Amino acid sequence: MLLEVENIHTAYGLSRVLFGVSIKINAGEVVALLGRNGVGKTTTLRSIMGLNPPHIGSIKWRGREIVGLPPYEIARRGIAFVPEDRRIFSDLTVWENLDVAIKSSGAKGPDWTLERVFALFPALEPIRGRRGGYLSGGEQQMLTIARALMGNPQLLLLDEPSEGLAPIVVQQLGEQISRLKQEGMTILLSEQNSEFSLSLSDKVYILEKGEVRFEGSVDEFIQDEETYRSYLTV
Amino acid sequence: MFATGTSPCASRKGATAREGFVLMSLPDPSFLIIQALNGLTNAMFLFLIASGLSIIFGVLGVLNFAHGSLYMLGAYLTHQCVSFFVDVPGYFWWAVILASLAVALLGGVIERLFLRRLYHREELYQLLFTYALVLILSDLAKLIWGTDQFSVSRPAILKGAVEIFGQYFPKYNVVIIFLGPCIAFLFWFIMLRTRWGRMIRAAALDRETLGALGVNVNLLFTVVFVSGSWLAGLGGALVSPVSAIVPGMDVEIIINAFIVVVIGGLGSFWGTFLGALIVGQVYSLGILVLPRLSMVFIYVLMVLVLIIRPWGLLGRSLQR
Repeated sequence: MLLEVENIHTAYGLSRVLFGVSIKINAGEVVALLGRNGVGKTTTLRSIMGLNPPHIGSIKWRGREIVGLPPYEIARRGIAFVPEDRRIFSDLTVWENLDVAIKSSGAKGPDWTLERVFALFPALEPIRGRRGGYLSGGEQQMLTIARALMGNPQLLLLDEPSEGLAPIVVQQLGEQISRLKQEGMTILLSEQNSEFSLSLSDKVYILEKGEVRFEGSVDEFIQDEETYRSYLTV
Repeated sequence: MFATGTSPCASRKGATAREGFVLMSLPDPSFLIIQALNGLTNAMFLFLIASGLSIIFGVLGVLNFAHGSLYMLGAYLTHQCVSFFVDVPGYFWWAVILASLAVALLGGVIERLFLRRLYHREELYQLLFTYALVLILSDLAKLIWGTDQFSVSRPAILKGAVEIFGQYFPKYNVVIIFLGPCIAFLFWFIMLRTRWGRMIRAAALDRETLGALGVNVNLLFTVVFVSGSWLAGLGGALVSPVSAIVPGMDVEIIINAFIVVVIGGLGSFWGTFLGALIVGQVYSLGILVLPRLSMVFIYVLMVLVLIIRPWGLLGRSLQR
């Protein structure tokens, strides 16, 4: 087991968001975390990353507890977070955005170099000198994923990568993510866009009101028509 | 504002310019040049202080009122070191190095022990804390060194003056004028051409994201605060031969440094440099026109900037 999230409760101040979420991820899997807006998908990812640590529950990374560690320690152990709002350093160039993400110490994952990242996202190479603030939405999304890869992670937490992108760009992104999967990257993919994520994933978790309502394989999920309909389609 | 070497109000001035609006029958141009050079010297000191203030604000988001106190400590400590090492060759430079490093170290202690706990609080707490530091450090200085005025003599190799168009200008000031751009260039180089600089700029934009990428932002903050404090200490150490070391120099410099960053744009590096140049010149040339009110020009300038471009000449309208 690469990551084992067990019964986590997370709150922002007084407003509680997660009520006992448990998620298991094996190495090499792509796991979809689905649910409507505001059900706690982002909070789950932020809890794992240590950005909003849970106040109850445990998160084990390769068998060791990581709750309470600062985010940079968690990152150094091999988890990378790609935030929904991308959070590109707007004054830094594309290359500089990638450079600050190279870790001087920490986990040994697959070795991501600038060349490999540009091979996966060829669109970034010609604009390596452009400032982050001047990129299109699709370019920014590629850059955030590329930036996360520069730290050689073993697990990628992708928060709604398809949000706000044109269909053609989403399709491209899907291909890039499936290439990552082929190369053995473990991914936890939070999405509202079920079509996009189901085509990429091995396992599905459905989140509602801060609780897991369904977990199972993609096939099980598609066959379980009731869950499928009640939690995703409106 | 500190007096530089040749005191602008002294002898020569009194003869040429009368107070009031009597536009002086222009003093000979060589004197204007010397006065501009004095302004440039002041500008370089202001830049040293204000750049530290500005980078600490830009990256940590903390407006450090105690920055002037660190400058004052730099000057007092230089005086102290000079009196310890007076027999050692090159003692002045050793004193400058030791004093500025001691101030940097103190900055590190302040950040690690206290300021760090306040980043998550409202800005008011940070302001109150740094203001409390101003009071504590100024009383501490009075306890240790009393209220007497000290001065440090210029280092032996920089005694004397150079002749510029028939006027004499202290060698020491010439060195300061060259040192300012060197420090500015060093800063620019570190910020734009090194990995540490890139990380500092990234931290200024989004510390949470940088942390999630595996960078120990706390450590980075300490480094920035220590560097800023070192610049303040260095400014105080270098000013000691040309300005009296007295209680109150902390508040005087912090006001001037604030004016510089307000004019230039808080958090903007080149803005700080430009602001320092402007304030230095306005002060030293303004003193020729209205000696008693030379500071007024600077305040008027600041008010104008605040009305027309509240974010400063080279600042950004919305940074965070």
